[in-house]
Order: sequence, then C-alpha cells, then structure tokens
Amino acid sequence: MLIKVILLVAIAVVVVLWLRTPGGARHLALRRIAVALFAVLAVLSVLFPDTWNDAAAVVGVGRGTDLLLYGLIVVFLASMVTTYRRFRDTEARLTLLARRIAIDEALNSRKVRPVATEDPADDPTEET
Amino acid sequence: MPDNPDAYLVIPLFNEGAVIGDVVAAARRVFSRVVVVDDGSSDDSAARARSAGAFVVQHPVNLGQGAALQTGIEVALTLGARYLVTFDADGQHRVEDALAMVERLRAGEADVVFGSRFLDARTRPGLLKRLVLRLAVAYSNLSTGVRLTDTHNGLRALTREAAQALRIRQNRMAHASEIIEQVGASGLRWVEHPVHILYTEYSKAKGQSVLNAVNILTELIYK
Repeated sequence: MLIKVILLVAIAVVVVLWLRTPGGARHLALRRIAVALFAVLAVLSVLFPDTWNDAAAVVGVGRGTDLLLYGLIVVFLASMVTTYRRFRDTEARLTLLARRIAIDEALNSRKVRPVATEDPADDPTEET
Repeated sequence: MPDNPDAYLVIPLFNEGAVIGDVVAAARRVFSRVVVVDDGSSDDSAARARSAGAFVVQHPVNLGQGAALQTGIEVALTLGARYLVTFDADGQHRVEDALAMVERLRAGEADVVFGSRFLDARTRPGLLKRLVLRLAVAYSNLSTGVRLTDTHNGLRALTREAAQALRIRQNRMAHASEIIEQVGASGLRWVEHPVHILYTEYSKAKGQSVLNAVNILTELIYK
C-alpha cells in the first residue's frame, strides 16, 4: 500500500534528521514554515472535512481519521526529535556556564588569600 | 615517597562522602596535587575532599561525570600540570597503578596511557558486567579505530599536550568513548597499562546499571 511507503519514508527522514545539528537561522525558519503549514492544514480540515476521506482513499487508508492519526504520529515523532536536539543544545550551554562559574570561583579563592604564593602552579592543595 | 609535583590527579566527585576522604588522603601520599571536581553533591563530599587536602572545584549544579572531568582537566592545566591522571572517587582505582602509568608518560612511551582491567586476570567483574564491557569494547574499537581491551576504565594518564587536545562534550557516561575517539582522531600516541580494579561492596553498590549502556549508545549516536 502507498501509505506504508509514505509513512516508512517519513519516519526514516525524521530519524536521520535527528543526527543533524540544528542549523541556526535556517533551522528556525523551517520550523516556522512547518508551523504555518500546520495551521493552514488545520483550517482546511475544518472547512473541507471530507477531503481527508478522499486523500485516505488515494493512499489506500480506510478513513480520513485514520490518515490523520498516522500523520499525527509522524509529527509527534519529529517533535520529540527536535525537542531532544534543543535539549542537548541547552545542556551544552549550561555546562559551559556552570564550568566557568566553578573554575572562576575556585581560582579566585586562591588569589584572594592574603599572602598568596607567587607561582600559580604552586601547591594548590594548600587551599582549604 | 616522591610527591610528584608535576602530576595532577583529577577526580570527578558525586556523593561519595563515605569514602572520598580516604581516597584523597591515600592518593596524596603519592601525588601531592589532587584536583577534585565536586559535581553538585548533596552530601558533605566536597568538604571531606577539601579537608583531606584536595583542591576542590564545585559545579553549581550536577552536570555529569564527563563534564566534571573536562572541568578538572582545565583546572589542572591552568595550575600547570605536566601530567594528568583521571581517577575515580569511589576507591576502586589503585594509586600504584596511577603512578606506574605516569612513569610510562615520563619515559616518553606515549601521550596517553589507558588503564585496562582485561590485560591480566586480576580483576573479576560479574558475568553480565563483563559481557556489557566486552560489547562496549567491540563497538568502540569499531567506531573509533583505536583498539583497546578496556574502553570504560576511568583510570587514564595524559600528558599536558594530550589533555589540551581533549574537548569532552559528553556530560554523562559516554565521555569514555568520546575520549578514545578524540585520542584516535588527534593522532596522539597511546598505550594500555594493566590495572587492578577493586570491586568493593561499596563500589558495587554504587556502580552503574548495565542498562546505562543504552544511554551511552544513544548519546554517542545522537550527539
């Protein structure tokens, strides 16, 4: 059936896209276009509900609601994938921020000591 | 006993208050310079490490062992380390092994010395653990081109140059494979050194679930 091919290809595309790093402005633009398309599709669905049935018949699915469900599953998967990517990205930034704070704090507490030793490599284990 | 002022022990620390004091104290009998990265512990780990004489760096939030290692490496480099040793906080590594590995770096044998528990028969992990570790080795050797016998051993010794070449981005456990990958890609010279892992009741109870292999694999593929 045509629908099987379409769905398998769509899922494969999502999983492969998962591998790619989000490409900044381009990525953001694509996301926004996708949201806009989604809205247009929603409006059309409300106005012409029967078109889903026709589309379902074309790809070999029983009813329009089934086709809608399949589509929703693919979109949900894609949404999970982009969320994962954005989460990893945020985590990487948080790591750099936390590391900077940790290192600054540790090294500054060394310098603040009244009679600090000259050599920066001098026994750091003295710090308590 | 020499105090090896050119070598820094880097110990990632997360909630090991029960043992970290002893681990740092034992390590400092051989290595005077110990950098402990407290990864947002909720117990008194950091204070115990400090009073045992370690230079303690504290992450404001928990980030993971890989992130703690990268922080510790950066600190040790800033403090002027010539050689760096990554060492576990739970007491399963032996200081003698760490020293022997640094000696091999000093001899100019390699830029990186990886500890391996499978080069001899001293260490006896359980069957399931052995199986998962073997699979990890197979995957790592295949994907990084660096052929090691033990890819998930926290005991490693690095020269300053090698440490500078590393950028650990994997915050959690996948950093072990990431380090190997970067060593392989940077053309650093590496050797393996037989080490003995002490599987104490404590470290077994704290040890990670073998299911974690799933997390590691996911994070390696979907960076």
